Amino acid sequence: MNFPKPHNPYGYFVSRLSKKKPTSEPARHARRALQNKSRLSLSHTVMALSILFLFLPLVVTVLYSFNAAKGMAWSGFSLNWYHKLFFGSEKLWTSFGNSFVIAFSSALVATVLGTLAAIGVNWYKFRGRTYIQTISFLPMILPEVIIGISMLIFFSAINVPLGMLTIFIAHATFCLPFVFLMVLARLDEFDFSIIEAAHDLGATERQTLFKVIVPAILPGIMSAFLMSVTMSLEDFVITFFVSGPGSTTLPLYVFSMVRYGISPVINALSLVIILGTMLIAFLLRNFLKNVAASK
Amino acid sequence: MIGRKKLAGRNYGPAYSFPMGFWFSLFFLLPLLIIVAYSFMKKGVHGGVEWQFTLDAYAQMLNSSYAKLFVRTLWVTLVATVLTILISLPCGYAMARSKHQTLLLFLVIIPFWTNSLIRINAWIAILGNEGFINSTLLKLGILKAGLPLLYNQGAVIMVLVYMYLPYAILPIFTAMDKFDFSLLEAARDLGATKSQSMTRVLLPNVRSGIVTAIIFTFIPIFGAYTVPLLVGGKDSYMLGNVIVDQVTKARNWPLASAFSMVITVVSTIGVLWMMGTSAREAARNKAAPVKQDTAA
Repeated sequence: MNFPKPHNPYGYFVSRLSKKKPTSEPARHARRALQNKSRLSLSHTVMALSILFLFLPLVVTVLYSFNAAKGMAWSGFSLNWYHKLFFGSEKLWTSFGNSFVIAFSSALVATVLGTLAAIGVNWYKFRGRTYIQTISFLPMILPEVIIGISMLIFFSAINVPLGMLTIFIAHATFCLPFVFLMVLARLDEFDFSIIEAAHDLGATERQTLFKVIVPAILPGIMSAFLMSVTMSLEDFVITFFVSGPGSTTLPLYVFSMVRYGISPVINALSLVIILGTMLIAFLLRNFLKNVAASK
Repeated sequence: MIGRKKLAGRNYGPAYSFPMGFWFSLFFLLPLLIIVAYSFMKKGVHGGVEWQFTLDAYAQMLNSSYAKLFVRTLWVTLVATVLTILISLPCGYAMARSKHQTLLLFLVIIPFWTNSLIRINAWIAILGNEGFINSTLLKLGILKAGLPLLYNQGAVIMVLVYMYLPYAILPIFTAMDKFDFSLLEAARDLGATKSQSMTRVLLPNVRSGIVTAIIFTFIPIFGAYTVPLLVGGKDSYMLGNVIVDQVTKARNWPLASAFSMVITVVSTIGVLWMMGTSAREAARNKAAPVKQDTAA
């Protein structure tokens, strides 16, 4: 970098002694580049501390899942709680099975309905388009308690017994907006002329849909599906209201474990869940930005 | 830009979108309308309602015993939201400027997607009377008696910040990621100080992201249920807890509906504010570039 030469021979030293920094444009650039390179800035510090904060509880639980004793005092390494988790917790695994069935069925329905709606809204203008866009936005933002209560009251008003079916409906409902938004984002990057080409070549609407559109946006659809599965497996509050006898899901079971006496089995389960979450996030690694944008 | 038009003569838009529209109308809008209706009805003897118009539920809600609840809920929500946003602004900035965006997103999303009850349980294990912090400090001889870290307002606020931090970081990151950071350099060259370039160039440009972050933290925290229930004491109950108690224990459905109406109205106002902000931003962005294809 070319610093301006001071006029008098002592000027350079004077300028170093005085607090006045050189103000020419290259000098400012040089100084800023140096700062940017070597600083431990506020934003980096906050970022690092936040990630530490986000991971602290996870690390502590995983660590203590290997603790031999029940409490938080360390008393030696043991796989005791893992043994108990995998071989002595039938109820837990039944609830996990329920969660799994609901997650995949509701994610499937949400993905099909949400994808179709996104295609319709993105490519056509029709009456009710604004209604569809607005109504798909609200469930995402309304507190879960409200969605849960309104569904509970709705199902009891129309005399539908609470159980797997009602949980399935509720989960498909809260997953739909996310599928809709994620596929919509994917469609925005889509080259419209391909569709016109398909039509010009004589493809019917159905052929265009299944042979052109769906394959092109398949990655978006898959990530929306996986995200729905994750959200369904995770949900506690809404499920809490619409579940009935015999339809305990994993989060409901975990809730009863947290609420009524803590067993370290839950720590062992935490590691399994964290690993599962990491796997899904890894599968979605190319879409993390889309996920970030839709949340 | 994708042209929205009819394809091959027929308009299939309604056919594609109708199933989802129907689903939402039936399973989301109708239940909400039922809540609205129930809030104006008389409480049934064994739960449920009697079909009779009354403002009883709203009168009960404005009862002074609930005033404290409203103030507390609003206070906790405001403090938690402000803290969350203040933390996520520098985080989003650092992430947007980082070379390792995918890794950082990964690190934010993992805790975010891990079951919320597992995370709450972890905080109980850390903060509890015989929890991680207390037992460690006692062992090291720093403390003589355990600290009451759990079951109070502070614990509720901290865990709420923890739970909703990713909700705020992600939209702020998304907005900042689209921002052209050379504008900051330009601002500095034109004589702005560092803080001026942040507050007058960066923040106005990521406004919609910040508004989204505020909405996505304020509204869910306003209706929080699990965190105050499991981490708070009896005096940290929030609106969500009272609604659930009214439904499951007191079986006063009209009152629960009236409380729900409050949360719904607050949420709807928030959503409209957010949509307005992003619509204005979109309009500004559209107006800015030179029109290119007017000839066609």
